[in-house]
Amino acid sequence: MNPAYSVIFFTTASGAGYGLLALLGLTAPTLGQSASPVFVLVSMIIALGLITAGLLSSTLHLGHPERAWRALSQWKTSWLSREGVAAILTYPFALAFGLTWSGLYPAPDAIAPLGAITAIMSFITVFTTGKIYASLKTIRAWHQPLTVPVYLFFALSSGAALFLALSAIFMRDAGSVSTVAPVTILALALLKFLYWRAIDQATRDRTMGNATGLGPNVRQWEVPHTTKNFVQREMGFVVARRHAKRLRALFFFLLLCAGLLELLAVRMPLVAVLAFGITFLAAWVERWLFFAEGEHVVTLFYGNPQT
Amino acid sequence: MTALPQTTAKKLGLVIDLDTCVGCQACATSCKEWNTQGYSAPLTDEDTRGADPHGPWLNRIHGYEVEDTTGKDSRVVHFPRSCLHCETPACVTVCPTGASYKRAEDGIVLINPDTCIGCKLCSWACPYGAREYDVQEGVMKKCTLCVDRIYNENFEPEDRQPACVKACPTGARHFGDLGDENSAVSQLVKERGGFDLLPEMGYKPTNKYLPPRAKRDTPQAGIEALPKGDGSAMDRLFKLADRLLSGN
Repeated sequence: MNPAYSVIFFTTASGAGYGLLALLGLTAPTLGQSASPVFVLVSMIIALGLITAGLLSSTLHLGHPERAWRALSQWKTSWLSREGVAAILTYPFALAFGLTWSGLYPAPDAIAPLGAITAIMSFITVFTTGKIYASLKTIRAWHQPLTVPVYLFFALSSGAALFLALSAIFMRDAGSVSTVAPVTILALALLKFLYWRAIDQATRDRTMGNATGLGPNVRQWEVPHTTKNFVQREMGFVVARRHAKRLRALFFFLLLCAGLLELLAVRMPLVAVLAFGITFLAAWVERWLFFAEGEHVVTLFYGNPQT
Repeated sequence: MTALPQTTAKKLGLVIDLDTCVGCQACATSCKEWNTQGYSAPLTDEDTRGADPHGPWLNRIHGYEVEDTTGKDSRVVHFPRSCLHCETPACVTVCPTGASYKRAEDGIVLINPDTCIGCKLCSWACPYGAREYDVQEGVMKKCTLCVDRIYNENFEPEDRQPACVKACPTGARHFGDLGDENSAVSQLVKERGGFDLLPEMGYKPTNKYLPPRAKRDTPQAGIEALPKGDGSAMDRLFKLADRLLSGN
């Protein structure tokens, strides 16, 4: 699958934003009103800013961005529509949570429930993003039970890394997130390892013979057109797949660095900023590979012997 | 809108004969010609006079080689590929706007060009590559089964057929109701062993493909040897004329 930069940016940026939002929502009760309003406001603006920038960038690859509102209508069948609805519904809760937690609207009793709802909505939104990909039967590498957990843990680990970075900048104790962050990195590495093992071991039983009904001894003789068409440009992307091994190794190396830096951040808080940068880079590498390794069944009609 | 109808009154579709298709591209070009001015927005092309011309076509004609291990029945098969108007099309249910829909009355899968946002997710969901994106129009395009021809009362009844079916010079394309088991197309599918593409994926395509027939043995012995000359005056005259005309 062709890795569109707007979609990679959207899923990684909004993932980090929702992860941060969820952690802010869950940790707010323990930090309470003692949290400085500046820290709260800056964190909320960064979280919602990443989410909003991501959502806007995801509309960039649309043919008709001005019609994007229509995408909220088909939540009964479409995961993309559900993602849009969940993303929009998260905003009012997140804003109410930010206003109460920062003390701009003093309602201390509302902080914990609003924080919890914001965290749940963030979880649901990232879940729907993962489901868009996991529900596509046409791409075996995406139609996997681990696709959605990887999306969720990426959001959580990049959000946690960002939480640590912000805490360091504002010279605050990150509390339990200091432990949560490296644990999610470890979990993510494990999930991704299992994911790659699953897609490597999957039976590639869809063949050009099934697709064309012409039996096992069929091969491409002539393509239907002289230059690549939309289907080949969008679905036939193979560049990064050739470098998959090296990119997978790079991904694990980046996660290892990020995890170690997060542990080091307990002593030297400011390295958490670097840890976040590296986690975000790892997210880009992983998302790029996720697209490039997504082999679409339609390639069978264009000379790919099996998927 | 993107919820699928439980059943459709008819299952209109195509039956494509892989035995008689000669790969002439007449169906593809007549499809492009009709549909650039028909139901949906025009089918616009990019870089039309440059090195990389491309744009949406609703019908693509592949060519495959099928090798027979005995060596007797190897052949080239021309293989038209377009929307199969599936009974359970994932391209419809993934659509976030409701622009994609399957008609309850005849089963045709269509895109509303006024509400499509061009997110391309339907093209990811389709295993058959039936949907192509139109850059200039910013919407997805697909086979409409010539919905603006088949019900068009301005046409003579015999012309109320998809453009590709009308254009096919070898009669390799048939149009009809595959939900009615007595229809000519259903009978043809039964007779010839028509099959589905990727049936194991479960989209239940309506369009069917008829397999190439087994080759008949070429009767080598039946070909008569050319008559030999008998040396007569007339024969010599013809030989002379042959030499002069051959220029040697």
